[in-house]
Amino acid sequence: MKIYLKIWRQDSPATPGAMKNYELDDVSQDMSFLEMMDLLNESLIQKSQRVVEFDHDCREGICGQCGMMINGRAHGPLTHTTTCQLHMRSFKDGDTIYIEPFRAAAFPIVRDLKVDRKAFDNIIQAGGFISASTGQTPEANGILISHAIAEAAFDAAACIGCGACVATCKNSSADLFTSAKITQLALLPQGKVERTERVIAMVDQMDAEGFGHCTNTEACEVECPQEISVLHIARMNYEYNKALIISH
Amino acid sequence: MAGTGLFLCFFLVIHLLGNLQLLLPAAEAKEQFNWYSHLLAGNMLIKIISWVLLISIIAHAVYALLLAAKTKKANGTKYVYDKRNEVSPWNSRNMGLLGTVILIFLVIHLKDFWYVADFTTMALDKQGYKDMYSVVVLTFHQWWYVLIYEISFIALGFHLLHGFFSAARTLGLYHPKYVKIVRYTGWLYTAFITGGFMLIPIVVYFNN
Amino acid sequence: MLDSKIPEGKLADKWDNYKEHVKLVNPANRKKLDVIVVGTGLAGASCAASLGELGYNVKSFCFQDSPRRAHSVAAQGGVNAAKNYKNDGDSVFRMFSDTIKGGDFRSREANVYRLAECSASLIDQAVAQGVPFAREYGGYLNNRSFGGVQVSRTFYARGQTGQQLLLGAYQALMRQVGANKVKTYTRHEMLDLVVINGKAKGIITRDLVTGEIERHAANAVVLASGGYGKVYYLSTLAMGCNTSAIWRAHKKGAYMSGVSWIQFHPTCLPQSGEHQSKLTLMSESLRNDGRIWVPKKAHDERKPNDIPEEERDYYLERRYPTFGNLAPRDISSRAAKERIDAGCGVGVMKNAVFLDFSKAIKEQGKEKIKEKYSNLFKMYDKINAVNAYEEPMLISPAAHFTMGGLWVDYELMTTIPGLFALGEANFADHGANRLGANSLLQASVDGYFIAPYSVPNYLAGELKAEKITTDHLAFVEAEHAVKQQLQQFLDINGHLSADHFHKTLGKLLYNGCGLSRTKASLENAIVLIRELRAQFYTELKITGDHTVNSELEKAGRVADYLDLGILMCEDALSREESCGAHFREEYQTPDGEALRNDKDYCYVSAWEWKGANAEHELHKEPLVFENVSLTVRSYK
Ligand SMILES: Cc1cc2nc3c(=O)[nH]c(=O)nc-3n(C[C@H](O)[C@H](O)[C@H](O)COP(=O)(O)OP(=O)(O)OC[C@H]3O[C@@H](n4cnc5c(N)ncnc54)[C@H](O)[C@@H]3O)c2cc1C
Ligand code: HEM
Ligand code: SF4
Ligand code: FES
Repeated sequence: MKIYLKIWRQDSPATPGAMKNYELDDVSQDMSFLEMMDLLNESLIQKSQRVVEFDHDCREGICGQCGMMINGRAHGPLTHTTTCQLHMRSFKDGDTIYIEPFRAAAFPIVRDLKVDRKAFDNIIQAGGFISASTGQTPEANGILISHAIAEAAFDAAACIGCGACVATCKNSSADLFTSAKITQLALLPQGKVERTERVIAMVDQMDAEGFGHCTNTEACEVECPQEISVLHIARMNYEYNKALIISH
Repeated sequence: MAGTGLFLCFFLVIHLLGNLQLLLPAAEAKEQFNWYSHLLAGNMLIKIISWVLLISIIAHAVYALLLAAKTKKANGTKYVYDKRNEVSPWNSRNMGLLGTVILIFLVIHLKDFWYVADFTTMALDKQGYKDMYSVVVLTFHQWWYVLIYEISFIALGFHLLHGFFSAARTLGLYHPKYVKIVRYTGWLYTAFITGGFMLIPIVVYFNN
Repeated sequence: MLDSKIPEGKLADKWDNYKEHVKLVNPANRKKLDVIVVGTGLAGASCAASLGELGYNVKSFCFQDSPRRAHSVAAQGGVNAAKNYKNDGDSVFRMFSDTIKGGDFRSREANVYRLAECSASLIDQAVAQGVPFAREYGGYLNNRSFGGVQVSRTFYARGQTGQQLLLGAYQALMRQVGANKVKTYTRHEMLDLVVINGKAKGIITRDLVTGEIERHAANAVVLASGGYGKVYYLSTLAMGCNTSAIWRAHKKGAYMSGVSWIQFHPTCLPQSGEHQSKLTLMSESLRNDGRIWVPKKAHDERKPNDIPEEERDYYLERRYPTFGNLAPRDISSRAAKERIDAGCGVGVMKNAVFLDFSKAIKEQGKEKIKEKYSNLFKMYDKINAVNAYEEPMLISPAAHFTMGGLWVDYELMTTIPGLFALGEANFADHGANRLGANSLLQASVDGYFIAPYSVPNYLAGELKAEKITTDHLAFVEAEHAVKQQLQQFLDINGHLSADHFHKTLGKLLYNGCGLSRTKASLENAIVLIRELRAQFYTELKITGDHTVNSELEKAGRVADYLDLGILMCEDALSREESCGAHFREEYQTPDGEALRNDKDYCYVSAWEWKGANAEHELHKEPLVFENVSLTVRSYK
C-alpha cells in the first residue's frame, strides 16, 4: 500500500525543526511500524539523504526505548501498544501519517524523533529503590508476601519507562511513571521501611525535572503499554500526603 | 486545589439546600427565604464563613492560574498534529475554561445578590426582614438572566463531574472499591447540585 | 598455555577456598581505583552497583538512552535456582549436573558448580530488592519447570522475569549513582580497548549524541556487553545488540571461545516476509502447557483446527517420550527444522510449527491459562492479529543466545590481565548449549557474586602500579584508529546500506552455520562472507554526519559482525563432532541425534586474533570431568 508521511525533522536541540513530507509505495500490511520506518530510511540512503533518527531497540514492547507521536497519539492509534508493536495493518492504503517526537520540556529532543528521557533515571535515582546491599541478603522465603500483594506489586513494576504517559498528558506530568515505582515498593514489605523518605524524594525530583502537575485526566492509562493503573497516582498522593504529615 | 475545591463543593450543598426554599409556594417561600437570609446575614459565624468562601474561591482560581503556568512550562513545544483529546474526557482537559465561566458567573452572581443584600438598603417584608425573595424573583424574570445562570450551571456541572473524583484522587483515595463509590457519589452529587441549581431559576421564571 | 586458575580442593569447596584467599583492598584505597563497566544488563548493572557499593570509582556505559533498557529486559521465562522449595529432589549438585549435561559436557565443572552454588543467593538478593516474583497463595515463592530438567526450579515474574530482575539491578545501580559512587554514560558506545604493557587500562567510546570520541582510563575494564546473536540479523535480540565491545577487545588480544555455539530458540514467531527485522520470542514456559505439532501429511493446507487429532504429529512427544514438549532447546529446534525441511512446516512461508493450548485449556480452564500467560497471548495477538486461545500459535526456531564469547578463567578474567568479561559476553558456564533460565542467573551471579571478589583481587595489585592517564600514547593511537575507521565508513560512499550487508550476512550464516552445519556449508559460507566483507568496504553507503547517526553506528557493528561471522564458521569447521547447539550433519547417530567425540574434542576452543590478514590461532583448554561421567545426552 501507499503511505504518505509527515515527519518532524530537527537537527539538534538548539535548531528549529519542521514537518517534512515523504512517500512510500511498497508498504506491506504485515510490517511493523518501525519496519516501515526502516524502509523509509533505506530509501533516504538511496537518495543520499540523512536518515530519520528514531529510538528503538528490543522491538518487542519491553525495553521502552521506542516512542513517537503517531497521528497525534502517543505510540499511535492503538491503546496499550508500543510503537514497535504497532503494525501497518492499523493503517489503510493512501493514509497520511503524522510522526512527531514525544514532546515535553523535560524530554528535550536529541534529533528528529529521538528524545532524552534522562529525567526518568533521575527520578529513580532520587529514591526508586530499596536500599538492600548487594551480596548478603536474607533467605527469600523469610519474607512472606501474599499472592495478591505480589501480583499488585508486579502490575505496578511492569512499567517500561517509555514516557508515553508524559507525552500524552496535557500537563506533561510524570505521575504515572513515578507512582508506579512508588506503589510497587510501598506494597512490598521490603520496601515499606523507606516509604516516607522515598515518596518525598521522588515527587520532589519529579517537580525539579520540570514535569507538570497531574489533574487526573487519565489519558496516560489509556496509552500506557503496560496498562499501569491511574490508581497508582492516587496511591502516590496518599503516600505523599501522609509523608508530609508524619515526617519532620 | 482539592482542599479549596472540596470546601466549595460542600458549600454548594448548603447553598442549594437553602435555595431550595425558593421552590415552596410563593407566600410561604417569601416568608421562609427572607427569614433564612436574615438569619445568615445576622450571624457572625456565617459572616466569617462567607469571607473564607471568598478567599477559597480566589485561592482556588489563583492556584488554577499557577497550574496553567506550570503546565505551559512543562509542555515545551506544541504538537503540530494533536489528537490526544481522543483519550481523555473533554471536561477533564478544560477545567480551567469551565472554571473561568464559573468565575465570571460568580462575579455577576455576587454583585446581584450578595452585594445587594449586604451593602445596599432594601425594602423590608412583613416580618421586617430584607425582602431578598422579591429581589430573586424579579431578577429571574429576565429570560437572559436565566440563560446566563443555566449556562453557568452546565459549566459547573462539568467542572464538578471531573473535580469531585479528581479531588479524592489528589487527596490519595486509591482503593479500587472506594474509588468506585466516589465515582458514583460524584455523579450523584453533580446531578443533584447541577439539577437543583438549574431548576430554581426556571421554576421561578415560570411561576408567578 | 591457558590457565583457567581453578582453585584447589573438592568441587564443593572450590568457591569458598577462592573467597577465603582473595586479596582485599583497604576501604580507604578503593576510591583511588577506577573501574570501567561496559554494559548495564544484568551482568553489568549488578557488577557496577556492587563495585560502587564497595567503594570503587565506577564508570558505567551503555548504548541505550537509559541503563534500564539493556536487553536482559526482554527475558521472559524465568531464572533458575537450586532452592529445592518444591522438595522435588533438587540440589546444588543436581543443578550442576543438569547444566553440565545440558551443555553437552563442554563447560568447566568448577564454574558450573559455582553457578549452581550461588543461585540460591540470587533469589534472596532479588527478593530483597523488591523483585515481585510469583507467589503461592500462602505467600511462599512459586516455581515452574523449564526445558531440559525434571525439577521445578525456575522462579518467574509473570512473563517479564528479565525485566524485573534487570530493574532490580538498575535500581541498585541508580542508588549508587545517586550516592556519587558510579557515574553513568548512556548513549555511549565502546569502540576500542586500550591495552598498556599487556594490561587493560581503558576504553575509547563514541558519544552517540555529540559524536565525540572520548578516552576513559581505569585500573580494570569489565565487559558485560551481552550476546551477539544479532549476527544473524533475524534473531530474538535487540536491534543494537552487537559484538563490537568484545570483538575489539579480541583484536587487542583477548581470546574468543565457542564462537559458533549459538542457541536457536524453538518458540519464536516465524518470519513473515523480507521486511522483517526481528523474531519475537514467545517464552519457553509456554511449552509447559502447549503441545507442539505439525500435520502428518506434508504440504497440508487445512486450518489447524480442521486437522483431526490422528493426523497430527506431536513430534517431540513421539521422539522424546520422557521430556516431550520440554526437551532442551537445541533438540526441540532441530526437531522443528527436521519437520519443516520435510515439508510439514505450516504458515505462509511454511517455516513454522504449531504450539497448541487446546488440551491445557480443556484441562485447566481458560482462566488458569490466562493467569499464567496472558501477556504472551496478548503479545501474540498484537503481532499476528490471532487469538491463541482459539487456535494454535505458529512458532519457529530463531537465533537467540550465544554460548560463545570471550574466553575467561575462573575469575572471569580474559587473556588480557585487567580485562574481565561477564554475562553473555563471556564463554563460561553453558557449554555447547544453555539450559533455559540459566543465563539470567549466570549474568546476575557474575555481577553480584563473582566480580565483587575477583575484580578487587586484581585491583589489589594495581594500587602500586603507575597511574595511567588518557594522555598516554596508547590512548592517542586508539582514539586515532577509531576516528579513522569512522571516517572510512563515511568516505566509502557506495550504494548499499549497512542493513543490506547485515541481512545478507545473516542469511549466509543461517544457511552455512545455523541450526545444522556441514563441512561444505561452512567452507562455502567462509568464501561468501569474505566476498561480502570486501564488498562492504567498497560499496557501503552512509549518509548523515558525525553527530547522531544511527547508520554510522550500524556500520561499525556490521563491520565487526563480518569478521566474527568468518570466525564462527572456522570454529564450527574445526570441531568435527556434534555437541549441543553445534550440529555437524556428518556426525550424527542413525536416528539423527548429535554424536559427540570426547576423545578428540573435549576442550574449549580459544581463538587468538593474529591480524586482519592472518589466520586465527586455535588454543585449547582441555576439559576435565571428575564429578560427572561423560554420558550420551539423551532426553528420550
Ligand atoms: C528474548 C530473550 C529472552 C530470554 N529469556 C531468558 C530467560 O527466560 N531466562 C534466562 O535465563 N535467560 C533468558 N535470555 C537470555 C538472557 O536474557 C541474557 O543472556 C542475559 O540477560 C544477558 O545479560 P547481559 O547482562 O550479559 O547482557 P545484556 O542485558 O544484553 O546487556 C548488554 C549491555 O551492554 C551494553 N553494550 C553492548 N555493546 C556495547 C558497546 N559496544 N558499548 C557500550 N555498551 C554496550 C548494552 O547497552 C547493554 O547495556 C533471554 C534472551 C532473550 C534475547
Ligand atoms: C463553586 C465553584 C467551584 C467548585 C465547587 C470547584 C471545585 C473543584 C474541585 C473539586 C476541583 C478538583 C481539585 C483536585 O483535583 O485536586 C477543582 C479543580 C479545578 N478548578 Fe474548580 N471549582 C470551582 C470554581 C473554580 C473556578 C472559579 C475556577 C477558575 C478560575 C476553577 C478552576 C479549576 C481548575 C483549573 C481545576 C484543576 C483541575 C483539576 O485539578 O482537576 N474552579 N475545582
Ligand atoms: S507508566 Fe506506562 S506510559 Fe508511563 S513510562 Fe511506564 S510504561 Fe510508559
Ligand atoms: S523497541 Fe523496545 S519497547 Fe519498542
